[in-house]
Amino acid sequence: MTMPFRYSLPFYIAAWSALLFLMAPIFVVIPVSLTPTSFLSFPTEGFSFRHYQQLFQDPAWYRSMGQSVVIGLCSTVLATIIGTAAAIGASRLSNTLAMTTRVLALLPLIVPPVVSALALYRSWVLLGLFDSWAGTILAHAILSVPYVFITASAALSRLDPSIAMAARNLGAGWARTQLQVVLPNIRSGVFAGAVFAFITSWDELVVTLFITSRGIFTLPRRMWDGIRENISPTIAAVATILILFSLLLLLAMRFIRGRDA
Amino acid sequence: MNDQPRFAALVAPMLILLGLVYLVPLFGVLLISVTEPQPGLGNYANVLQSPAIGRVALTTARICGITTILSVVIGYVLAYAYVSASAGMRRMMMLFILVPLWTSVLIRTFAWLMILGDNGPVNGVVQSMGFDRLAMMHNELGVVIGMTHYLVPYAMLTILAGMAGIDERLTMASRGLGAGPVMTFLKVYFPLTLPGVFAGTVLVLVLALGFYVTPIILGGGRVVMMGEYISTQILLISRWGIGSVLATLLMLVVLLTIAAAARAVDLRRIFTV
Repeated sequence: MTMPFRYSLPFYIAAWSALLFLMAPIFVVIPVSLTPTSFLSFPTEGFSFRHYQQLFQDPAWYRSMGQSVVIGLCSTVLATIIGTAAAIGASRLSNTLAMTTRVLALLPLIVPPVVSALALYRSWVLLGLFDSWAGTILAHAILSVPYVFITASAALSRLDPSIAMAARNLGAGWARTQLQVVLPNIRSGVFAGAVFAFITSWDELVVTLFITSRGIFTLPRRMWDGIRENISPTIAAVATILILFSLLLLLAMRFIRGRDA
Repeated sequence: MNDQPRFAALVAPMLILLGLVYLVPLFGVLLISVTEPQPGLGNYANVLQSPAIGRVALTTARICGITTILSVVIGYVLAYAYVSASAGMRRMMMLFILVPLWTSVLIRTFAWLMILGDNGPVNGVVQSMGFDRLAMMHNELGVVIGMTHYLVPYAMLTILAGMAGIDERLTMASRGLGAGPVMTFLKVYFPLTLPGVFAGTVLVLVLALGFYVTPIILGGGRVVMMGEYISTQILLISRWGIGSVLATLLMLVVLLTIAAAARAVDLRRIFTV
């Protein structure tokens, strides 16, 4: 692209400083997790995996990781089904209902997390969902359904509506058209939405802090407690594993999108 | 054949989830703010008269303002660098933007805790140059750094979406007609990027207002923003009346910001990052 003015040296330095600023936490967390000392420091005298070992021997971290995986997967399935169905519905509805759906779908993204937390805390206590699996999964599904709705809607807007019409005219029933014609055509959007949904649940802290107590103790909650009470390189080890995990998801998404495009 | 009822049925589960299970509790918060401990606007009067809450509101506004400006400026530089870079460089830059974006706010805040701490690498360099340690933690500087770090990718991607749609023939025409590079940038290119800048500013400001994790950890109790103050009211001292008033006001500020923005730009532009 022809830009008004090309790179000058100061601009080049500014841009790369900004990129390094963005990557700084990653460049710090990973080495610190490999330090041989028991306090936070850079590994100046050799590397050690002792903090990873410690992590894998601690049942508390195991339990939290397991809970986060189960809650993440369940809320992702829930959000993906509900969000995709709503996106397909809204793309073909032509009235105020479609508009209402679109506005509602943005709500969890707009409302500050603390406000959502407050609202859900109060209702979850009333409904008996406080500190329960079902309550946490439901809350995470609410927070992540917008991502599925948005990515699926974007994929639908690129899909020619006459394809679904052709299927109907050729004799396919309504349900079959949606499942076998529309759905396969938007699958990369749905998949991207599902990945976002999982990450949202996996990283969610604020709402979870309000709606859980001793029973449900997700990974972010355990990290939060660790950072506030006893900062040790073990947290850096957890952080490194989580960074690698998100990188893997990011690459998977790029791969699937690249293959579809 | 009329499929409209069937498509309405597809939408129904999400309407129930967000309308009934989410929106109703949100209105519940609004209701509590005028009913507890007694019905009336007493809570609102208390909040407006409280100097402590006034300080928290001011801190929140100041930090959000500074953070938003910094994030948008850095985001603009990065977006501009991205569109003018070669394909290979772009992949590298995108990696450097997406990896932090995909790292949870908790991990990033923890990392800044180490970087900015008294024994961290920044102070190591500062001290080795013979200066005194810089206090970058448990103060507003640390909170601003941590929040800006979180928000730059959002600003950058929103501004970039706007830049990508600019017809490059316009800048070429400007150059061809005799304007210099600086003039072309100021008079042609920059005005064309303004809708993206505006969308990015709104997104970043809305996200900044709701910050919770970063101010608590990097502020260390000395920098109290609205999110932390509300959670203290509810979780520690159970003052639901005051907490829900503040939650209502916070939501109102966010909604007003978005409503004002909706008059100028397409909302979808803001929330599709």
